[in-house]
Amino acid sequence: MTAKTHINALENEAIYIMREVAAQFERPVLLFSGGKDSITLVRLAQKAFYPAKIPFPLMHIDTGHNFPETIEFRDQMVAELGVELIIRKVQDTIDQGKVKEEFGRYSSRNMLQTTTLLDAIEAYKFDACIGGARRDEEKARAKERIFSVRDDFGQWDEKNQRPELFDMLNGQIEHGQNVRVFPISNWTELDVWTYIEKENLEIPSIYFSHPRKTFVRDGLIWSASEFVYKDEEEIVEERQVRFRTVGDMSCTAAVISKAATIREVVAEIRESSISERGARIDDKRSEAAMEKRKQQGYF
Amino acid sequence: MEVLKIATAGSVDDGKSTLIGRLLYDTRSLTDDKLEAIERSSKQKGYDYLDFSLATDGLVAEREQGITIDVAHIYFSTATKSYIIADTPGHVEYTRNMVTGASTSQAAVILIDARHGVIEQTYRHFFINSLLRVKDIIVAVNKMDLVDYAEERYQEIKSAFEELATKNDYKDQQVTFIPVSALRGDNVVTRSDAMPWYQGQTLLEHLEALDTQDIYNRGKARFPVQYVIRPKTEDFHDFRAYAGKVYGGELNVGDEVVILPSKTRSRIKEIYFYDQTYETAARRSAVSISLEDDVNVSRGDMIVKAGELPSIDKRFTATVSWMDAEHLQVGSNYVLQHGVHKVLARVQTVHHRILPDYSGVETGVDSLKMNDIASISFQLNKPVFFDAFKAHRTNGSFILIDPRSNNTVGVGFIE
Repeated sequence: MTAKTHINALENEAIYIMREVAAQFERPVLLFSGGKDSITLVRLAQKAFYPAKIPFPLMHIDTGHNFPETIEFRDQMVAELGVELIIRKVQDTIDQGKVKEEFGRYSSRNMLQTTTLLDAIEAYKFDACIGGARRDEEKARAKERIFSVRDDFGQWDEKNQRPELFDMLNGQIEHGQNVRVFPISNWTELDVWTYIEKENLEIPSIYFSHPRKTFVRDGLIWSASEFVYKDEEEIVEERQVRFRTVGDMSCTAAVISKAATIREVVAEIRESSISERGARIDDKRSEAAMEKRKQQGYF
Repeated sequence: MEVLKIATAGSVDDGKSTLIGRLLYDTRSLTDDKLEAIERSSKQKGYDYLDFSLATDGLVAEREQGITIDVAHIYFSTATKSYIIADTPGHVEYTRNMVTGASTSQAAVILIDARHGVIEQTYRHFFINSLLRVKDIIVAVNKMDLVDYAEERYQEIKSAFEELATKNDYKDQQVTFIPVSALRGDNVVTRSDAMPWYQGQTLLEHLEALDTQDIYNRGKARFPVQYVIRPKTEDFHDFRAYAGKVYGGELNVGDEVVILPSKTRSRIKEIYFYDQTYETAARRSAVSISLEDDVNVSRGDMIVKAGELPSIDKRFTATVSWMDAEHLQVGSNYVLQHGVHKVLARVQTVHHRILPDYSGVETGVDSLKMNDIASISFQLNKPVFFDAFKAHRTNGSFILIDPRSNNTVGVGFIE
């Protein structure tokens, strides 16, 4: 077994982190969205503990506005792996009156997820939540630690983070605090795709080129769906598209693409002059959109 | 494809962010939407040039103050290498962040403003990178355009730095000097026409040629046990393997090994990575291994080759970089995490503190404040299995955790 190539080195680092989570925490959970990054995390967790089963459950925070293809994929994958999947719904949080549905042109359930997530962490007493965020995605995420401590309110204190030195991860926390863990911090979008290809991982079909009813707003391609607000004058057309990131339908824009295989996707990303999160509507709210969400307890 | 981790050092005024921006820009690593965002922000602030620091300073507080507070990680790649740049702050009050960035880097780029030459910060950057055994140091003499690309000025700075380097005890360290102008792009990615007197490589050419296989110093093989894998399923009823990462050297099936602290002897029976078995586990690989004999092994134990034992002791002296607002006090107790092994440690003696300008040491000190670096003796409640940091980068370092706050408050390099 070697750790010589770039992708092997990243894989070994991530496996080491997974094992630190299992060893240092009592109730870890893997946050699973059905997107490519969380699918990668599941494979890394499998490798870290094989032949034993993954020693923690997966949890999906379901906005109710997901792409149906993602949900179908999620359920199939969980059935094959035989792992426990916890589903917590944003709709329930709305029904409990804890958050209010947004209205209007840019309404989305993206912000509301945070409350559902924090409630779930408290209900299940999770002390570590493994997530697929990567530092190359966004400039606030570039400042993130691998073990990132959240206070009793689930909040991120970005100005006072624990230093991380060499391989040593400090998971000591107070009762009520939790740690967000990011095993693929050092991976880029291309690394994730390279790994998906190398491991021959199944991913939801919306990552590949397909015809979809869409409309254009602010230079981005939005899905036409019952969950997405649309003005009457915004014209719906069928376009050949794929998605580079998978959030829910109201915050993820599509890109025009003919890439039908992983190899073609990789080639397309190499050529692309737009970043992965350039198609994330939720990041466009302000320069500090991600930092603000993270402070409040977002993924 | 290989990966190279680099730390940068230098204050905002040295043009560090501009240099990183230039590297990204000239390697076409900045996507259109990111460039547009930089253009928009620069314009809004009334700058007449592109402020690349807006790409790397990710926190609101950093953009407000125009300084880098925390380490940012920046990624770009060329046809041959993937690069991870840890962009670290240069101010003395953020020394701890510089130590953090340097701890995982193989190479460091130290910027010097050609107009100001070697200053106190340069001492600090060089000292920390030497302390952390960062192998390749690239001294980028920046803003050459502001000194008329004068060779004389460059040579002056080079001599002053070389004078500094004579005090360095890390003899394997490679120091390379490159005259650049980050703003104009001279000798960053493309060769400069303005400095025909410089025949060496550009910054990127130099980075491309570095050997990445040496990221972590070679040494004796150390296998700290992270986790015991026991599936307890029908198919793998009696399966038991020890998971961990291999440091320093490699391990092979059949190797005679010693388990610490029990000093029990056994042999490596099998090496696993996922569902495959291997004959060899290379440095840095996260494998699991099984042993010939039924021995008691748990997290925090260490497996080493027979005849290659590390020091096993409840006392040692280390150079500590203090990182917390609460002062370190002689007589205080901390949790000492050495790899994945945690013990309790008491600060016995502070031998001396390194002066902030790195001109010498101060004795008679019994407390340390944030960003201080000092030589300290510890007494532990249980033995740890260590090497000197100079001989083994991973097995010679540790972190200190304050049991009252749970914060990581210091890092140590065993002497």
